[in-house]
This record gives sequence, structure tokens and C-alpha cells, in this order.
Amino acid sequence: MNAFFATVRRDLLLALRRKSEVLTAVFFFVIVTSLFPLGIGPEPVLLKKIAPGILWVAALLATLLGLPRLFAADHVDGTLEQMALSPSPLGMLVAGKILAHWLLCGLPLVLLAPVLGLQFDLDASALGILTLALLLGTPLLSLIGAIGAALTLGVRGGGVLLALLVLPLYIPALIFGAGAVEAHIAGLGAGGHLSLLAAMLALAVFFAPWATTAALRIALE
Amino acid sequence: MLNVSGLACSRGERRLFADVGFSLDAGEWLHVQGQNGAGKTSLMRLLVGLSPADAGEIRWRNEPTPSIEFRRDLIYLGHHAAVKEDLTPLENLRLSAALDGIALDERAALAALIRLGLRGREDLPVRVLSAGQKRRVLLARLLTRPAVLWVLDEAFNALDVAAVKLLGELIAEHLAHGGMAVLTSHQPLPVPGGRTLVL
Repeated sequence: MNAFFATVRRDLLLALRRKSEVLTAVFFFVIVTSLFPLGIGPEPVLLKKIAPGILWVAALLATLLGLPRLFAADHVDGTLEQMALSPSPLGMLVAGKILAHWLLCGLPLVLLAPVLGLQFDLDASALGILTLALLLGTPLLSLIGAIGAALTLGVRGGGVLLALLVLPLYIPALIFGAGAVEAHIAGLGAGGHLSLLAAMLALAVFFAPWATTAALRIALE
Repeated sequence: MLNVSGLACSRGERRLFADVGFSLDAGEWLHVQGQNGAGKTSLMRLLVGLSPADAGEIRWRNEPTPSIEFRRDLIYLGHHAAVKEDLTPLENLRLSAALDGIALDERAALAALIRLGLRGREDLPVRVLSAGQKRRVLLARLLTRPAVLWVLDEAFNALDVAAVKLLGELIAEHLAHGGMAVLTSHQPLPVPGGRTLVL
């Protein structure tokens, strides 16, 4: 377990030394979500209707921006090789890296979402559901994305391939995440959507690090 | 302790080597030699378990590898720098120890860096160090990470005369304490004894 926290600490420290890489994803999220209200104009009814979808698609794409770097830097300088040979289980180290990725690329989106949601005229309770849905959904995006990042590691033009591979897998998260807010606005209650999102997250926490580890071992051969 | 038998490896259609076998006991070391492309690095990667062998068996303390016990006893330093450029040598050493599940206090890490001739460089980002100094940061792991088997692939590259001598001493000390080493190098190595395997 110590190795897990050491990996998180290491990746956060590395991100601190290279702030620009983290900030790009966050600014991308802010700018993309702000472009829609500016482009559509002051039409509160329409904006409110499209808000969940826009915010979720932007979160998906912002997460995707940080994914190619998840393992690539460690692969190039050989530290990934050392992790694979470490007496600590590689799955544990990989899980630490995924958590660090979420803390850097997912959590800021969750925290910013209520502020950005204001531009779409969402009321306080809808903003709460949106934040909750993103809190459950963004770790799921990091976990699924890590599998894709490991599978495309070392492949030329891997970034585009990664997007093609991972985005279809994000569809369930998108449907239930955006659906939760829409259901809440329609007065149907978001409980069902959020439960499904939580169930998918629980499944991914269990399987994704394992699948990512297997893919990394193949990439290192 | 280390028994290798019938090891074979091919890259694509080309057979690199076949039926390679050797065994090492405490205090022994093996010098793997061969022309460029003979498969020295491939042999090293098979040995440590990074890639699977086409045929053959590698046993460590009479158990098949790779296993957690084997990884605990093993240090592998390959062609890669294997250090993070944005971190300082001290952070690199301490974090890689933490990743291996070993607590390494600052004094021990500092002592290792000083032994490797990096006094005064411990708080600079590795990015600004020279190739040889980066190599020394990596080699400091040999001192901070307790291991029985050292697998060093071209470890003498990019090192100056003093560092080559120092690494030779480190390996000799390691062997004297019952360690084992498998080395590749094109140069004659400043380590006494040892057997040679030509691929």
C-alpha cells in the first residue's frame, strides 16, 4: 500500500514541476464549455437543455487530453521498466498512477463544473447533481482511459488511436452522467442514473488496473 | 542460485540465440559478450523477465522466475536513464526506493550520491546534469537498494575513467558480500574473476 501512495506522490510531484501539462486540460475544459453560451447567445431554455451534454462531452475530451502522457513519459525514460521489475505489484503502482491522473485531470473538472454550469442557467440543485455525476464519472473516465493508454503505448500516432479506442467506451458514462442531470431537471429524480454510474465505477476500480497492467506488460516486451 | 538452461530467443524470423545455459552462485559473475545485434540486451531482458523466452527455463533459488521473490533480489539497469529529469537525484533515489516498498532515509540516499561523486548536485534537477552524471544517479541505486543479483546492461557506457573504476569496486564489493552479477560490455571489465559467455 505504501508503494501505491508513493506512486501518487511521485506523479503529483512530477506534475508540479510541469504545471503547463496539467493546466492545458483544465483550461481546455473551461474554454470549450464557455464557447457554447457565447456562440448560442442568451437563450436560457436552449442552454439549460444542452448544458449536461456539453459539460460532459467537454469533460470527456479534457480527460482524453491528459491520457497519452499517463504512461508515455515513464515508458520513454525507462522508469516504467523499473516499475515492472519492482517487488511491489505493478497493478498497485498502476492504480496509483491512475489515481494521480484523476487528481490532476478529473478532480479539477469536478470542482469547476458548478461554476461553469452557471453559464447555462442551471439552478443550484441541478448543479449539485451535475457535480455529483462528474465526481462518480471522471474516475471512471480515468480508469477506462488508462487501459487505452496502455494498449496504445509506444504505437506511432498513438494519440489519435487512443481517442478512437477510448471514446466509444466512454459512451455509457456519458449517457448516464448527462442523463442524471437531464432526469433531475425533468423532475424524474437522478437516483437511478447515479447508481448505475457508481456501479460502473465499482466495476472499473476492480478490473481496469488489472487490464492496464496486462497491457503494459505486453507493451514492455 | 541462478540456473539458466536451454534459453532461446528470436526476433521475428531471425533466431538470435538458442540453447544458452549457465548458472551462478554466490560471489560469481558472468560477462556476456557478443557483437552488436548478437542479442546481449535481449538475453538480459529475458533473464529479468521483461520479455518471455521462446524456450528454456530460468530458475532462481530453485523456483521458476519471474516471481516476487526474484524481483526483490534483483536490480536491473538497462540502456535507459531510468531517472526522472524533473526531479533531483535525491528525490529520484528516494521515490524509486518508495516505489519498491523500501524506506530510504535522506542520509542514506545522500551518502550513496556522495559515494558516486555527486556531492553538491543532489538538489539540482537531473535535467541539468551531464549524461555521465545521470548514469551515476542511476548507479546510486546499487547502493540504496539491497539486492543479490545485479543485471547490468552496458552499465559502463558514458562513464569517465574514475567512475568506471568506482563501478568496478562496487561490483567487487557486492561479489565479496555474496552477491552475483551479470554484465554486458564491449570493454574489458575492471572486475576480477568472472566467467565469459559469448553469444
